[in-house]
Amino acid sequence: METELLRWIVLLPLLGFFAGVFAARTNRPELARFTGPAVVLAAFVVVLISVGRLWSLPADGALVDKMFTWIEAGPLSIDFTFRIDRLTSVMLLIITGVGSLIHLYSLGYMDHEPDVARFFAYLNLFVSSMLILVLADSLPVLFIGWEGVGLCSYLLIGFWYKDMNNADAGQKAMIANRVGDAAFLIGMFLLFWSLAQVGTASLNLQSINEQAPLLAEKLPWVPTVVCLLLLIGATGKSAQIPLYVWLPDAMAGPTPVSALIHAATMVTAGVYMIARLSFLYVEAPGAMDVVATIGALTCLFAATMAIVQDDLKKVLAYSTVSQIGYMILGVGVGAFAAGIFHLMMHAFFKALLFLCAGAVMHALHGEIRMSHMGGLGSKMPITAKTFLIAAMAIAGVPGFAAFFSKDMILEAAFVSGHTLQWALGLIGAGFTGFYVFRGYFRTFTGESRLDPEVAAHVHEMPRVMTVPLMILAVLSIVGGWIGLPFGLLWGDAIGHYLSPSLATPHGHHGHPTTGTLLFLMTLATAVALFGIWWAWTLYAKSPQLLETVYARTRGVYTVLWNRYWVDELYDTLIVDPYKRTSRFFWKGVDAVFIDGLVNGVGAVVTWNAGVWRRLQSGNVSHYALGMLAGAVLLAGATWLVLQN
Amino acid sequence: MTEHYLVLAAILFAIGGLGVLIRRNVIVILMSVELMLNAVNVTFVALARQHGSMDGQVIVFFVLTVAAAEVAVGLAIILMNFAQRKTINADEIRLLRG
Repeated sequence: METELLRWIVLLPLLGFFAGVFAARTNRPELARFTGPAVVLAAFVVVLISVGRLWSLPADGALVDKMFTWIEAGPLSIDFTFRIDRLTSVMLLIITGVGSLIHLYSLGYMDHEPDVARFFAYLNLFVSSMLILVLADSLPVLFIGWEGVGLCSYLLIGFWYKDMNNADAGQKAMIANRVGDAAFLIGMFLLFWSLAQVGTASLNLQSINEQAPLLAEKLPWVPTVVCLLLLIGATGKSAQIPLYVWLPDAMAGPTPVSALIHAATMVTAGVYMIARLSFLYVEAPGAMDVVATIGALTCLFAATMAIVQDDLKKVLAYSTVSQIGYMILGVGVGAFAAGIFHLMMHAFFKALLFLCAGAVMHALHGEIRMSHMGGLGSKMPITAKTFLIAAMAIAGVPGFAAFFSKDMILEAAFVSGHTLQWALGLIGAGFTGFYVFRGYFRTFTGESRLDPEVAAHVHEMPRVMTVPLMILAVLSIVGGWIGLPFGLLWGDAIGHYLSPSLATPHGHHGHPTTGTLLFLMTLATAVALFGIWWAWTLYAKSPQLLETVYARTRGVYTVLWNRYWVDELYDTLIVDPYKRTSRFFWKGVDAVFIDGLVNGVGAVVTWNAGVWRRLQSGNVSHYALGMLAGAVLLAGATWLVLQN
Repeated sequence: MTEHYLVLAAILFAIGGLGVLIRRNVIVILMSVELMLNAVNVTFVALARQHGSMDGQVIVFFVLTVAAAEVAVGLAIILMNFAQRKTINADEIRLLRG
């Protein structure tokens, strides 16, 4: 159905961005404090209206808003078109819904920030880019959003750019994403080229999905290669192995940014992209296995790093990497709906965790090390309770969000025969319970390790910050109920809802027995609860055990504390050789060879001129003599010629 | 008969040329140039008479005219130079030295 409504979803935050820029230029922070959250709320309302209209259509219907033809060159024709189907509608609700809450929270969090207008301008621009990404009807338009969110991420990580570390973290994010984006672009070009060979050359997402089986039949190698290239793009944006390194550093930005960009929305772009191209991915089972393996590895790998971090936000950062690993695992084993389901749940509980961490940081005047916290529960009851709810949701305590979504992913991995990946994910679930409750106990319970001066000023946050926390807490509890197992009540509502937008993998393994599912679910829950129990034992019940555990696991601890030396490895393997090569080209080639050539030519000319300039004595009689000699020579020559 | 005129002209030209090369007084150099020009004039007139053609005689008038103009310009330059540098010695006027 055609509608002009969709463009306003993107335009409203974009207008907010311009208002924010204007406010920042003219030093009117109050203007941005109003327009920033208002435009996102307005966009949320437009999304609600649009989704309402979508629901009145048949299951495979879509709302389309074609604005103009963007690129027209030979066989390539790209329309600037927005399109909402069921998959997009879920993403839109998350982005604008969670986005609105975070904008409101930011009003309180950035209260003392003089540059608040710039902050809201960037945040609005980010929301606008992310909406373009999910609304896009073709890969190039999607890529605008893809790059836009990368840009905003860079701008917001380096928001407090006067500290060099923050600026460096922003650059790291930008560079890691560049690597992925390059692969993404190559994949897109290859796809266009191959589609021109076998069918209609197009980069329209519907067209790609429709032609995927044809492509797999005529050029069987193409879907695999394209999917792997796009996967590299996804590992950059969604912080997976091997390009995850930027995300932990991205915590340098303001905490609402971590909540919105580096947890709830942008980093899920890779998952969304794979789900969006699910019809292409199911034609490349080999690539799907790689996707699943990367997801599973990342999920365990990041979870192990999260368990030793002292910085609360870093714990959550590695947790995010790990949780996106689950989503990637989900889409990798063909359970696209489960991946999106977990994406949605993650948006709720991870945004909540970050906002709680932000509240703690705000109350403690920027202190984020858990070794300097403890016992905050009594002073910040709302924050502590909502954090506990989010922790239970992420750990997968029965009835809470991730219990349903994570279980659905692990189940799909097991049932589709990805036993190894399933095992990695299962162990990861145990670590998840451990690290998040370690964070809870270290921060909110036990003895206070606060600086006494700071402790005196600890207080609960104002309403504008706690209300978003409470809303997200409710969503973290009830959100998971949209995907119930065993056909209870409404059953797997989210899966049914999304199914028209998503592909089903070939060679479906049939339905497992209820007994198998029950066993898997119990096992996953038991592992998660074991992780929680272990965290409770070490950090709440008998902290004296800690010393023993530290002593016994010093080697492992050192490896984890240094994050497997991955950053150092990348420095040695890539950054240093790159710097050395650059230095060689600078000092060796440029300074010696190129400059030598240019300066050499100049020197030769100068020396030559120095020799010949002596001829110019400036003495008139010398010139006259020259003329006379010339005339005599000329006359002599003429005479000789005439003689012969 | 013509040979005598040509020999005279050659002698005059050589004297003029030597004067240009050797003398340092700019005014004398200018006079030497005049001497060379007139040597050429003598040649023209002599050869014109020998060949019974008026062309050479006509050219002499042109040479005289140009010589007059040249002297006017030359003297003006010498005057201006003297006003500024208080010298008419050619060796001291060497602005074009490399």
